[in-house]
Amino acid sequence: MMANDMKLTGYRRENGRVGVRNYVVVIPVDDISNAAAEGVSYLIRDVMALTHPYGRLQFGEDLDLTFDTLIGTGRNPNVAAAIVIGIEPKWTDQIADGIAETGKPVAGFSIERYGDLKTIEMASREAMELVQWASERPREPIELGELMVSAKCGESDTTLGLATNPTVGRVLERMIAEGATAIFGETTEVTGGEDLIAAQAATPEVAQAFMKTFQDYQDFVISTGADLMGSQPTQGNIRGGLTTIEEKAMGNIQKMGRNKLVSVLKPAEAPKEPGLHFMDSSSAAAEMVTLCAAGGSVLHLFTTGQGNIIGNPIIPVMKLCANPLTVETMAEHIDVDLTGILRLEMTLDQAADKVMEVMGHIVNGRLTAAEALRHNEFVLTKLYRSA
Amino acid sequence: MAEHGALMHEAGDDVAVAIQDLAAGSKIKVMTIEGQEVGIFTVVQDIPLGHKFATRDIPEGEEVTKYGRTIGRATQAIPRGAHAHTQNIKSVRWA
Repeated sequence: MMANDMKLTGYRRENGRVGVRNYVVVIPVDDISNAAAEGVSYLIRDVMALTHPYGRLQFGEDLDLTFDTLIGTGRNPNVAAAIVIGIEPKWTDQIADGIAETGKPVAGFSIERYGDLKTIEMASREAMELVQWASERPREPIELGELMVSAKCGESDTTLGLATNPTVGRVLERMIAEGATAIFGETTEVTGGEDLIAAQAATPEVAQAFMKTFQDYQDFVISTGADLMGSQPTQGNIRGGLTTIEEKAMGNIQKMGRNKLVSVLKPAEAPKEPGLHFMDSSSAAAEMVTLCAAGGSVLHLFTTGQGNIIGNPIIPVMKLCANPLTVETMAEHIDVDLTGILRLEMTLDQAADKVMEVMGHIVNGRLTAAEALRHNEFVLTKLYRSA
Repeated sequence: MAEHGALMHEAGDDVAVAIQDLAAGSKIKVMTIEGQEVGIFTVVQDIPLGHKFATRDIPEGEEVTKYGRTIGRATQAIPRGAHAHTQNIKSVRWA
């Protein structure tokens, strides 16, 4: 239930999934198709090119992840329709077909045997029709429980564990009680709190799957001969008062609330049921939010202490902050001021009410700070170097 | 500005978090996040907003608790009221 019983609206897509934005996107399959994708976005209003630096000569798991991320992005319910442009037709069709399974309009174009200019013309004619069609999709009443959201923190400091992350925990408890789906993750950043996550697993199998995912990444780090000291906690975290990874992890995992963990997802994988899911993912903000959006999240709850400014092109990223210095000096980046919790003027439940109210406005179309500031970070996770 | 200057997750924790910049020598009222008063502490160094100070004398080599959990080990003795951070606490997990 929204705190103020606000009526929510969204876009019900062909497969029944619910979005809160209504974008037409151009997805380049590969780095060299970025120019054509941007060409289309310059010509046709309200078409967004999701440019990125990869997609050539990747192989194995790394290639699969790029495909899953590009397909998942196109499938996201915030996307009304998609155009896919690649250098050659085979991979282009593979991505377009993966998106088309949702039933939404998709068209693929490949550049070889046409060149950029003819491709841009053909894709723009299609994009124009899609934009005009999308502009008539109505907002309809939706229920809170129909939403899939995600949560992660960035430029964390000690205010997250005290205030902002437990608030998100309360928000997710309320949403999941209504049938919603939520994703959190950050595989290295739970080091020191992993036993508490495993203890909240819905079944022993889920606990085991989580511990395996966690341990696999620790083993990977050890196998490189490097260590994560110096990167985790980040220099920003240390400046904000966080001392060790254990301390940071204990703050991070407050976002779970008292929810049961119902599954462990691969990067960019879509949850198969409602409830709270752990996605194997980096703590780098833009990578993690891009993976959550590819998994189907339509709105991201982002808690920050020192002031991470990240956004995403297809999902609103809502910033929650309880650090008074950050709220004062970086006000244009913060959607919800939770500094009252530290002053003990606001309980976690009151804070959750405030977040739910602002979230209602954002679901209904109000732009987040990151959206207004054009923070469109679309960042693919690369697992290893290309062939 | 709030009457208290620092918060603790658990009343038994070894550290408290400054919710505003605290000047060396000042007497600080410390509350738990649930609003229970823990006591008055004198900070012996400047503690910036968000940073921690020790709530007891922590001997070198002892584990340091916050959230009622170990968050690291003291690499040198940390007197009550002193700045508790990377200069005197190290991870136990990534040692």
